[in-house]
Amino acid sequence: MSRPTRVSDLSRRDREEVTRIDKAPLAPLPPPLDDPAALPAFSSLSDQARERYDGALDGTIALNLPVPSGPDEERTLVARFLAGLDKLFERENNWMFLEPLVLTMEHCAKCQTCSEACHVFEAAGGEDIYRPTFRAEILRRLYFKHVRTGGLLAAWHHGDITVNWPLVARLAELSYRCNLCRRCAQACPLGADNGLVTHELRKLFSQEMGIAPKELHDNGSMLQLRAGSSTGMTPAVVRDNVEFIDEDIGEKTGLEVKTPWDVEGADVLLVHNAGEIMAWPENPGAFAVILNAAGISWTMSSELAGYDSINYGLWYDDAQFARVAIRHAEAARRLKVKKIVLGECGHAHKALMVVADRVLSGDLDIPRESCLTLFRDIVASGRLKLDPSRNDFPVTLHDPCNVVRLMGVVEPQREILRAICPQFREMAPRGVDNYCCGGGSGFAIMSGHNFRDWRLQVAGRKKVEQVLEAFADCLDPSIPKYICAPCSNCKGQFRDALEYFGLWRDHRILYGGLAELIVNAMTDVKPGFIEWEWH
Amino acid sequence: MTVLSFLLIWLGLGVFAAASVARAVRYARAPVHLRWELYPVPHEAPERAAHGGSRYEEPEWWAKPPSKNLLGELAYMLPEMLLLAGLRQHNRRLWYRSYPFHLGLYLVAAAGALLGTGAMLDVAGVPLGDRAAHVLTAACDLLGAAGVVLGTGGALALLHARLTDAKLAAYSAPADYFNLALFAGVLPLAGLGFLLEPAPSLLVAARVVRFDTAAPLHPVLASGLALASLTAAYIPLTHMSHFVGKWFTYHNVRWDDGPDGERLRARMAEYLTYRPTWSAPHILADGTRSWRDVAGSNPTRGGER
Ligand code: SF4
Ligand code: SF4
Repeated sequence: MSRPTRVSDLSRRDREEVTRIDKAPLAPLPPPLDDPAALPAFSSLSDQARERYDGALDGTIALNLPVPSGPDEERTLVARFLAGLDKLFERENNWMFLEPLVLTMEHCAKCQTCSEACHVFEAAGGEDIYRPTFRAEILRRLYFKHVRTGGLLAAWHHGDITVNWPLVARLAELSYRCNLCRRCAQACPLGADNGLVTHELRKLFSQEMGIAPKELHDNGSMLQLRAGSSTGMTPAVVRDNVEFIDEDIGEKTGLEVKTPWDVEGADVLLVHNAGEIMAWPENPGAFAVILNAAGISWTMSSELAGYDSINYGLWYDDAQFARVAIRHAEAARRLKVKKIVLGECGHAHKALMVVADRVLSGDLDIPRESCLTLFRDIVASGRLKLDPSRNDFPVTLHDPCNVVRLMGVVEPQREILRAICPQFREMAPRGVDNYCCGGGSGFAIMSGHNFRDWRLQVAGRKKVEQVLEAFADCLDPSIPKYICAPCSNCKGQFRDALEYFGLWRDHRILYGGLAELIVNAMTDVKPGFIEWEWH
Repeated sequence: MTVLSFLLIWLGLGVFAAASVARAVRYARAPVHLRWELYPVPHEAPERAAHGGSRYEEPEWWAKPPSKNLLGELAYMLPEMLLLAGLRQHNRRLWYRSYPFHLGLYLVAAAGALLGTGAMLDVAGVPLGDRAAHVLTAACDLLGAAGVVLGTGGALALLHARLTDAKLAAYSAPADYFNLALFAGVLPLAGLGFLLEPAPSLLVAARVVRFDTAAPLHPVLASGLALASLTAAYIPLTHMSHFVGKWFTYHNVRWDDGPDGERLRARMAEYLTYRPTWSAPHILADGTRSWRDVAGSNPTRGGER
């Protein structure tokens, strides 16, 4: 057995990876994926990428860190990192998360209980760098050595660490090997939160050094602040696209479908993850069908960011987070709506309903509701005529971490599924004990180099196992099966995972949202809203 | 030796209390953070707490008062504190070692607290009757002995795990071994001291309370108590202060789903006037902008809205 990776390995000055996950034996999967030789090959990084980018960690790359020009630039970068480290523990700079961060730094018994809870660590066959504690161990040593300036006593108490550019670069990469699902935090007997450690490290890199994946920053939050949506859709384009969706869904359902825009005084401002409009138009279309049929007074907004609930800042940058959250609330204020309803997007739920809660005050404090509870209430009210036999195929439910473990919306979606899907079955574990899909914290939209292999083979492995177990009795391809994933990012991950492992092709396992299942059961709608086609 | 021992007992208890309080105050004074709760939250209404649900599951949740299910919190906290229920659930193998250790410390602490109370009553002029003193002494001796055996055994078992389990060893600093060895040494030394000391334990406690050094303690007890006191003073200076930290990680973070009262709003308004100094260009923190300005700015429009 090879030597376990140690914290000190990250300070090694060679440019070799500290481990090669693309070559490592990963956790076994259940049938029909139980033959490792038959699984898709984990592609290796190109020599060019290894030459060009720094932070060699595990055989994949999330950040594209340029190699410093020489020792002077390295020293500058390390100094900036240490300056950012200080700021992470300053009231003025990080009041938002200072208390939980310090508590986590100062209270860890190093019992490794959290490691067993982490799907990434488990999937990677117990590779040490993916332990939830590994990042925390590094940050803790840095905290006691450089922030608390504990000297030799700190090293004796907490272990020593050598800060150099290789450590900083590898740590930056390592902060993008965690889904921020906080399952580890749930298992910690002391309440330490190693998911938060990842969050804080990402902030340090972004807010001080301008280091973040381009998918989240340049093409994500910056694009959203520039164009109005991280999809690049401007207000005019989004209205065009939704009009097209309305027409298409109208034809498909046999109903007149119309999405209202910028209706002042509407009861509900509906905000979708704009990715739905581009990638899964049947989801916003289904929302329009349900809300219209239920007689809800609703609108969408064409304000900057008002039509895209995405808030990637949640995962890496407090300033970007606050900017987008405020714009969401401002769009609602301008329209004088009674409440904001968030579409099927987990991180958007948590961002606007929970994390932004304390900063949205005064007239920005507009009630915010999950579409899952709204749907539950509509279904329970009997306002829609629903025929569960239209959904008579095996359905399982994925719990998006942000909606379930991190904000406690657990039952409404289940109440609906129990009412309209006769063959509904749970995954195990489920609810607040769920596993992340593997796409959490931005990974679902990150596929540079061979990172897609990493997020599907490693981060997404546990979820694939759960899906196969949930459908173990009906894997036969003659039986169509549906994973209900009421979250845009999770759907992105499922789309990629089902395709990668051939589970749609060979076993007819499809994925989709909750709204589609409701519309599929509506008797006023032409049968067959869910099309058993790959998308 | 007796004088030194008595001095250290008072000093140790004082430092223990002061350092624990100081730590708690430091956490309590930290700025209110953004909400970061983790479900299940046991003070939710019982029908929701059972599956880990929050008030967000309710229709029109904002129009309803938040749940305050203190019984639910207690039902979670008591097994957590008394039985280390979380560790038992998530890491049974370690629990078999850790629980005896913690239970041992609880028992020793309980014995010490009972003896201290009895002694203080005596000094305050409310002497216990002979019979009560006898019963109290016997109960404390029993608790103390059980605590020493469990605590020592648990400390040794944890030390063994840390030395032999590669995954624990890889993340153990020298202090982690030292701490466990310290408990494994101090507890039996103090226990042996009480066995060798001719005076009953309640009388020893009364002498400590009165600082009556006329009758010398058995040297083993004197050194055991001195070391135990130093250990008590050392605990809150380390991560072993989790008996303080845990209160905050649970109540102030994991379960902090509280609504936003006026006081909290005022504190948030104050924090938004802080001036960040983060250096990445897109933050637009030039030293004059407050967090409110930063949040209102747009880095793609030269800082304008
Ligand atoms: S974070 Fe918690 S569970 Fe993980 S090693 Fe530390 S104390 Fe143990
Ligand atoms: S937050 Fe999730 S992915 Fe990250 S270390 Fe914890 S359990 Fe693993």
